Amino acid sequence: MTRHYSALTLLKEGLAGQRGWRPAWRSPQPQRAYEVIVIGGGGHGLATAYYLAKTHGIARVAVLERGWIGGGNTGRNTTIIRSNYFYPESAALYDLSLRLYEGLSRELNYNIMLSQRGMMMLAHSEMEMELAARSVNAMLINGVDAELLGREQVRALAPILNFDADARFPIFGATNQRRGGTARHDAVAWGYARAADALGVDIIQSCEVTGFVREAGRVVGVETSRGEIRAERIGVAVAGSSSVLAALGGYALPIHTYTLQAFVSEPVKPLMDTVALSPGTGVYFSQSDKGEMVIGGGLDRVPSYAQRGNPPMQEAVLSGLLEMAPALGQLRLMRQWGGAVDVTSDSSPILGPVGVPGIYVNCGWGTGGFKAIPAGGTLLAHILATGEHHELSRAFGMSRFAAGTLIDEGAAAGIAH
Amino acid sequence: MQIFDCPFCGERDETEFHFVSEAGKVRPEPACQVSADTWAAYLHVKQNVKGAGREVWRHLSCGELFVMQRDTTSMVVIAVEPLRKSRP
Repeated sequence: MTRHYSALTLLKEGLAGQRGWRPAWRSPQPQRAYEVIVIGGGGHGLATAYYLAKTHGIARVAVLERGWIGGGNTGRNTTIIRSNYFYPESAALYDLSLRLYEGLSRELNYNIMLSQRGMMMLAHSEMEMELAARSVNAMLINGVDAELLGREQVRALAPILNFDADARFPIFGATNQRRGGTARHDAVAWGYARAADALGVDIIQSCEVTGFVREAGRVVGVETSRGEIRAERIGVAVAGSSSVLAALGGYALPIHTYTLQAFVSEPVKPLMDTVALSPGTGVYFSQSDKGEMVIGGGLDRVPSYAQRGNPPMQEAVLSGLLEMAPALGQLRLMRQWGGAVDVTSDSSPILGPVGVPGIYVNCGWGTGGFKAIPAGGTLLAHILATGEHHELSRAFGMSRFAAGTLIDEGAAAGIAH
Repeated sequence: MQIFDCPFCGERDETEFHFVSEAGKVRPEPACQVSADTWAAYLHVKQNVKGAGREVWRHLSCGELFVMQRDTTSMVVIAVEPLRKSRP
């Protein structure tokens, strides 16, 4: 029985010397067969398993993870959450995610430390201000909160930014989403894992999928480093490794894997209590609860599966940061790392069947998968449980590439996202 | 900074090079007989190989297009060969 977390439990454990805590999820041996297998123990895979059990009553579910849960992109992102997208299909998808995030700590009984501190995209010229106004209008029509800020309003929210008269990218204003912000990324993975486990889902770590088992033209299970495991349906949510699984499964994806880097500085006292992104440099940053500046930018220029970055993009991101907030030049960097992200032709995700009976994917989130975890899990769970697209996932099926109905958020946003 | 080898210019910084495409894709012809699925596969589908693969790159400084064999995990360059044909 999973223990309820509360202030009272914390107090009791404090008085009892913290000796009553138990592991938040089991580490079971894999069974021979399940109703559904989810490959990938990141946020999307764990959320899929949780919603399969919670929403659809399917608890004979295994999550198979090659390494440890949340050790891929779920633990490597910059923790930003937002839904300020241009196209109606994207806005509906990402705002579902944001709404689920808003209730997630309570739903999972696990504090994901959601901080809706707002998220600004700066505008650097009169023309960019016109486009920013257009973006804000699109978001409002899509039912997503957004506001257009002038230069002095931006200065009031983030005085650390570069307001010099001779700035290379002067700040004219910004679009702002007040419901945007950050959440604790590990807690999202751990919270979903604990809640899924409590509903009977088996989370199996150190279990690498090495092949698919086929019978009569249908995939009926997987070969793993811990033996064969059978299932009626298989969901694949493995981000940067999606093409590796596709090669094993005999299907093809419109995905390229790139490294996306992130950086944190040494911790300092509070000086930035929102998130700001500069389209001029492609750089964005926020300050973590510990005081570190959390810094992100664009993709590395070279396709790569290496979970580490290369120096030219480090130079571009850090010089962009110093243009954006010159005072940060005094800080030392504490860590730098990279994740392998799955980038599609239109910078939008792929959800649903891939032409091999029994296999369904959740991939192609590219640089923006963390913010989409609750929606990605909800939609893949719906597809696995019903065999049909959800109303919100249909536009993101594989068929859009042949139909030409791309949802080109990369072009709409003008930057990687 | 990684050094790549342009078949025309020799060794240069990686920032002078641009990834173009996976090597070996053939444009389906004739266009009027190509189905939407075939065309979409040509435009969008990638092998996206983990490990050693063949890619088309351009050296931006001289414009040379060439095939680079490269390991996408270790980033080691295995070989480069020009796509340019010598004058007969």
